[in-house]
Amino acid sequence: MSILVDRNTRLLVQGVTGREGEFHTRQMLEYGTQVVAGVTPGKGGQFACDGRVPVFDTVREAVDATGANTSVIFVPAPFAPDAIIEAADAGLPLVVCITEGIPVNEMIRVKAYLDMKGVRLVGPNCPGLLTPGEAKVGIMPGHIATPGPVGVVSRSGTLTYEVVYPLTMNGIGQTTCIGIGGDPIIGTRFVDVLSLFEQDPATQVVVLLGEIGGNDEEVAARFIAERMTKPVVAFIAGRTAPPGKRMGHAGAIIEGGTGTAAEKIAALEAAGVRVAEHPEQIAEIVAGIL
Amino acid sequence: MKLHEYQSKRIFAQYGIPIPEGEVATTPQEARAIAKRLGGPVAVKSQVLVGGRGKAGGIKLARSPEEAEEVAAQILSLQIKGLPVRKVLVDRAADIRQEIYLGIVVDRLASRPVMMASSEGGVEIEEVARTNPEAIKKVHIDPFVGLRAYQTLWLAKSIGLPPALHRDFGRIAQGLYRAFGECDASLAEINPLVVTGEGALLALDGKMVLDDNGLFRHPDLAALRDIDEETDSERAAREAGLSFVQLDGEIGCMVNGAGLAMATMDIIQHFGGMPANFLDIGGGARADRVAAALRLILADPRVKTILFNIFGGITRCDEVARGIIAVLDEVRPNLPIVARLVGTNEAEGRQILETSGYRIVTAITLAEAAQKAVAAARGAT
Repeated sequence: MSILVDRNTRLLVQGVTGREGEFHTRQMLEYGTQVVAGVTPGKGGQFACDGRVPVFDTVREAVDATGANTSVIFVPAPFAPDAIIEAADAGLPLVVCITEGIPVNEMIRVKAYLDMKGVRLVGPNCPGLLTPGEAKVGIMPGHIATPGPVGVVSRSGTLTYEVVYPLTMNGIGQTTCIGIGGDPIIGTRFVDVLSLFEQDPATQVVVLLGEIGGNDEEVAARFIAERMTKPVVAFIAGRTAPPGKRMGHAGAIIEGGTGTAAEKIAALEAAGVRVAEHPEQIAEIVAGIL
Repeated sequence: MKLHEYQSKRIFAQYGIPIPEGEVATTPQEARAIAKRLGGPVAVKSQVLVGGRGKAGGIKLARSPEEAEEVAAQILSLQIKGLPVRKVLVDRAADIRQEIYLGIVVDRLASRPVMMASSEGGVEIEEVARTNPEAIKKVHIDPFVGLRAYQTLWLAKSIGLPPALHRDFGRIAQGLYRAFGECDASLAEINPLVVTGEGALLALDGKMVLDDNGLFRHPDLAALRDIDEETDSERAAREAGLSFVQLDGEIGCMVNGAGLAMATMDIIQHFGGMPANFLDIGGGARADRVAAALRLILADPRVKTILFNIFGGITRCDEVARGIIAVLDEVRPNLPIVARLVGTNEAEGRQILETSGYRIVTAITLAEAAQKAVAAARGAT
């Protein structure tokens, strides 16, 4: 079992003929993901990835022809909001946006629109999802993960890999690994994913990787205390970050004494979450629980 | 990107928000000429991109052009929080009867803009949030219907503004919301918005922070960047497309990914070292970025060792290793280096680094890499 993506995922890639899009589409195909279509306006009728992926001009045409049920977006930031809305309008229930650098004000409108339509967005500015052995949607390296009982949710890309890899090396597999993205406005938050993992019978332990900025981790802590029966292990990046400086991710800035690692760690610990001192400790703690 | 007060207020004025008459001076003589032209008392205000200007002596009142020249000379010789004052704004002084606060930020949790007003203007809103949170009144703005008249009326009433000012307050609030949206701002703030002796509203001070991700569609606003306010390293990083924050430790960090870069800083401190910087070189560990990043790190004389932490994933580590060696051949640093590469062909990558002839120690886990870097920094002291 898993959440959001699995062997039944029929994936459509928006921006499939771009450099990043084509590279990662090959990786997803190699992993065994069913990539059924690509979309690049103006290139309808062509094929991408050595003839393996038919390309359409619009998402609607791609869905009608192939029965795609999930989209992953690699188009550049200026065009990504359009791509997300197009996917939602074509009736896809799950849209994953890898693109980074989308203006916040643009995302506010996009998110409000998707909420209205009842479409789930993962990202933007995220590495996507990986259900080991079944489907890879996005850019996570497939070989670092293996099937098993741990659900992983993270605001960061490479930090996710840093935690998943030692889990795998220690023989602890994952149900699904999901990167929700580092931007201030994101489609899916920690609580949404925690709720899905809580309902997923195969997930026994959840790993949550947060970072400074915002208060999503505090909201997650409240949810864990009130609603979760499964154990949660966490790590918060940025304990040593100076306030007022943006640490790469647009969301990772500490302002006015809120959003610090210390506050997040305190909230999570109060909710019964075990918080690791550094990323590699996660595997040890999870092994102890299992 | 932060804008100066004078830049923010000029933008506000374009959206119909009343601001004091004033001009920017870079010399005391210019300040005197502006004060003379304005006539009457003026406020001389340092233009630096940090808060707390008033407390640092960076804002002063002058009753005559001579006094304006004098205080401008004082202010232009100041350093505020390490930043030298290069410009002052000379504004006609206002007759202040009441100070209020009006601002817009993005509420991440609600995923929409929130307008905040408070009867406690003139102090930082963060301070009010700590000491008297009930004094801050908020309305959330739906992106599809915008800010509505009833919302601004409610704000005006709830902060106790007299009815005669409700209509003007509404116009100012609408102007601020339009400025916020059309400039792709992440913050637009008037603090204080004052009620003058003539019973009018006036935006005495203004602040805007623009969303860096939105600048590509606002070349006019991007051109407002004050490069004097950036350190050399911050400018070099921005131009190379790197995320870089200077810190004051001795271990230079080069990492791919923002979250991992923060975690790398954290683990260095966990093992008793201090990071010299936050640095995210982005995906793929491209050679040009690695080179720019290495130069940035080496420009800091406090750096005693460099830690490469590259979680390549799909990226081939042998290629990353060759890229690093090519950069080292060019930059030739005389420092011990600890390198940890994870991803495809990582063993080959390690071998390339170890046999390169440079002082490179490799590590497999992050904890091992951090401990080796801390040891190398101590050994080099």
